[in-house]
Amino acid sequence: MADAPHIPDEAETRARWGNFAWTAENAEQVKTIIARYPAGRQQSAVMPLLDLAQRQVGAETQTQGWLPVPVMEYIGDQLDMPYMRVYEVATFYTMYNLAPVGRYHVQVCGTTPCMLRGSDDVFAACKNKGLVKGATTPDGLFTLTEVECLGACANAPMVQINDDNFEDLTYDSMSAVLETLAAGGQPKIGPQIDRQTSCPEGGPTTLKEMVEGNHDYRGAWA
Amino acid sequence: MPKVKVDGVELDVPAGATVLQACELAGKEIPRFCYHERLSIAGNCRMCLVEVKPGPPKPQASCALPAAEGQEIRTDSEMVKKAREGVMEFLLINHPLDCPICDQGGECDLQDQSVAYGRGASRYDENKRAVTEKNMGPIVKTVMTRCIQCTRCVRFAEEVAGVPEIGAIYRGENMQITTYLEHAAKSELSGNVVDLCPVGALTAKPYAFEARPWELKKTHAIDVMDAVGTNIRLDSRGRQVLRAVPRINDDVNEEWASDKTRHNVDGLVRKRLDKPYVRRDGKLVPATWAEAFAAIAAVQHSGSVAAIAGDLLDCETMFAGKALVERLGGTMLEGRQTGLAYDVSSLSSVVFNTPLADLETADVILLVGTNLRWEAPLVNTRLRKAIKKGAKVFGIGPEFDLTYKVEWLGNDAALLGKLPAAVVEAFGKAARPAMIVGGGVLAKDGAHGDTLTLVETLGLVKEGWNGYNVLHFAAARMGGLMLGYATAGGIKAVAAVKPKLLFALGADEVDYAAFTESFKVYVGHHGDKGAHAADVILPGASYAEKAGTYVNLEGRVQRGEKAVFAPGDAREDWSILRALSEVMGATLAFDSFEQLRAEMVKAVPALGVEGLADYGWSIPSLSTGATGELASPIKDFYLTNAICRASPTMQQCSAELVHGVEFAEAAE
Repeated sequence: MADAPHIPDEAETRARWGNFAWTAENAEQVKTIIARYPAGRQQSAVMPLLDLAQRQVGAETQTQGWLPVPVMEYIGDQLDMPYMRVYEVATFYTMYNLAPVGRYHVQVCGTTPCMLRGSDDVFAACKNKGLVKGATTPDGLFTLTEVECLGACANAPMVQINDDNFEDLTYDSMSAVLETLAAGGQPKIGPQIDRQTSCPEGGPTTLKEMVEGNHDYRGAWA
Repeated sequence: MPKVKVDGVELDVPAGATVLQACELAGKEIPRFCYHERLSIAGNCRMCLVEVKPGPPKPQASCALPAAEGQEIRTDSEMVKKAREGVMEFLLINHPLDCPICDQGGECDLQDQSVAYGRGASRYDENKRAVTEKNMGPIVKTVMTRCIQCTRCVRFAEEVAGVPEIGAIYRGENMQITTYLEHAAKSELSGNVVDLCPVGALTAKPYAFEARPWELKKTHAIDVMDAVGTNIRLDSRGRQVLRAVPRINDDVNEEWASDKTRHNVDGLVRKRLDKPYVRRDGKLVPATWAEAFAAIAAVQHSGSVAAIAGDLLDCETMFAGKALVERLGGTMLEGRQTGLAYDVSSLSSVVFNTPLADLETADVILLVGTNLRWEAPLVNTRLRKAIKKGAKVFGIGPEFDLTYKVEWLGNDAALLGKLPAAVVEAFGKAARPAMIVGGGVLAKDGAHGDTLTLVETLGLVKEGWNGYNVLHFAAARMGGLMLGYATAGGIKAVAAVKPKLLFALGADEVDYAAFTESFKVYVGHHGDKGAHAADVILPGASYAEKAGTYVNLEGRVQRGEKAVFAPGDAREDWSILRALSEVMGATLAFDSFEQLRAEMVKAVPALGVEGLADYGWSIPSLSTGATGELASPIKDFYLTNAICRASPTMQQCSAELVHGVEFAEAAE
């Protein structure tokens, strides 16, 4: 059924991840994270720890990482938290992957502003490169996910690939981004058009003098 | 004491009360799904919306809003009516219209409240969502599409049962209630989520499609599966009890019941003794009552008569048995079937002295040789409440997962004589210290005396407080002790005198190998160990088929009613004994149940008063100095007596939850 939890085969996962433990570097990080919360409230650290674990799993598998059940249980044990509570958190947030993903996790925003500004073209570009929603490409490079608003509506349409946003996309620029990634390169992060972050396209429309240097506008008020 | 106005009526409410409670005090009914008196407040169903001034000009969830001085609450305004209709319409958006095939039908909060507060029709014509069924073990059947996500079951599992294995995964429209990775919920209280569920999402698996609530006869009874004396209601149709559900009694079981209490009832129609049997040439053959009586009357006993009472008996049966034995010239009575021989010169030293409701207020607790979770699950929930209030628990004996943190001191009875200083110090500071002495202690020579010595050392008895508690787990035990079913030396002493005639009154845990020379008459209801060993079987009635008086572990006298008739030729135990006495020429002095009860009350006046019996308080001087390991006598929670051993549900629970057998889910 469609709503069944997408948990990969349990025995296999346990065999692979049953002896998960923090790397020395991450163990240090974990101490810092847990120390942020007052004594007795260590369970609050569950979200950063899950994220850290997902990244460690990613580093070990050369992907963006996911959260195998034994890893969640490892965190539950560490925080003295019932496994069910950890599992609830991991299933609630879309940032936690419950199944393996590829090296690049392409999260295309399909919410209204992006859709109006052409997210369909972005999906078309993905489809053209062989990406299928909710699946990983056979070469293990890309996993495509449609997500809800990622909060960059001013630069719609946008995608989040791994930890970076790629914005103001068109069919061509999205194809270019995917091509660069597939070739092992690093595409330009942020807007794919002539625009700084979410500033107006083609340069400032107000406070133009401020571009060059500090300008005293006080005379203009009178 | 804030003063609030509910629908124009001014009233004082206790400090800390919520608006919902204030409305209830004013006699207003507030519809609710997620709110439950005995669980924490969630505030997520929004059904309890009311209008509150001062405050934002919108309806507010009354269950999560504290009542404050000067509030004006309206539960009858147009805004409230519209709000309730709106919430109800939303709740019904994804709720299937399958009431005709739903087991909750007829006792469903959602049905009732949609009739009372809904708008009568839906404007929703999109597709409804569907959710797959979840596996929650052998007791709970799930139909998750019906779930309205009130999260009562999640809160119950975490707060009351102490088994945080149920949770809500995913979010928004995809939210689903499930157990961790869909493993069976490993709790002996899981059946309670069925009662808590306001819709038909969680229903009882063994009771699935059995009956509709309106066709059931409801009888108030007392449970006999453990010594807590859970107040239950037996729902029967015709001659069969279909289910047992708890009644509310805050002094005993609150509103919970263990899975064994709820689901042993399918054992009441299996492996029953429905006609008398007589052993001829080594084989038990069916007989008539007259033949069976004649066989017993033919025994040359010359006064060498004994009776052993089983664990499930009511006081009336035991009294009738005692009367018969005494009329025949015998004296030997015993109820402690497994061979325990503790001293009973002072009943106060073998009873649970702290009333169960007061146990919640204990601040330091010592558990000695007990697996509370299996010996008395509902005492364990009381203890969990005490711990939530900050009580500290120490334990001596084998370590068990009791669902809370216990500081285990080790498994050695010698520890009773030399408690660590930290424990003594903790008890020294305690205002309401308690000790719970389990069956493992009573089985050990000297250990009972050791625990009684600790009463003084640990200061368990204070003004208005007695913290010395012996935990029994046989429903008949305290009643039996009050009626004198205890022989010095225990069952060994009874076996030693080799009684010519032995009445086994539902006694199934006895080692009958010790009674090979006795003529054994088994009066009971199930073809279990006792019947196998008997020379004559007289088919009796189970707890559901006779009225009776029961005394629970704290000495609380309670009465149960008769729900159905015993099957076949089986009769109520007292009438069997009465009829037999006539054949044996020792006619008992009662002709009806009322007369029997009157006789019994005359003999033991305390049994005539419902409520806690007063045993006084005195400590007998007993031998001390026990050493060695303690063991809990219960090996399998689900199979402790003849009724559960006959119940397929209990057998499955035992296999799945105790022995870890995995059952393949039926393909649907």
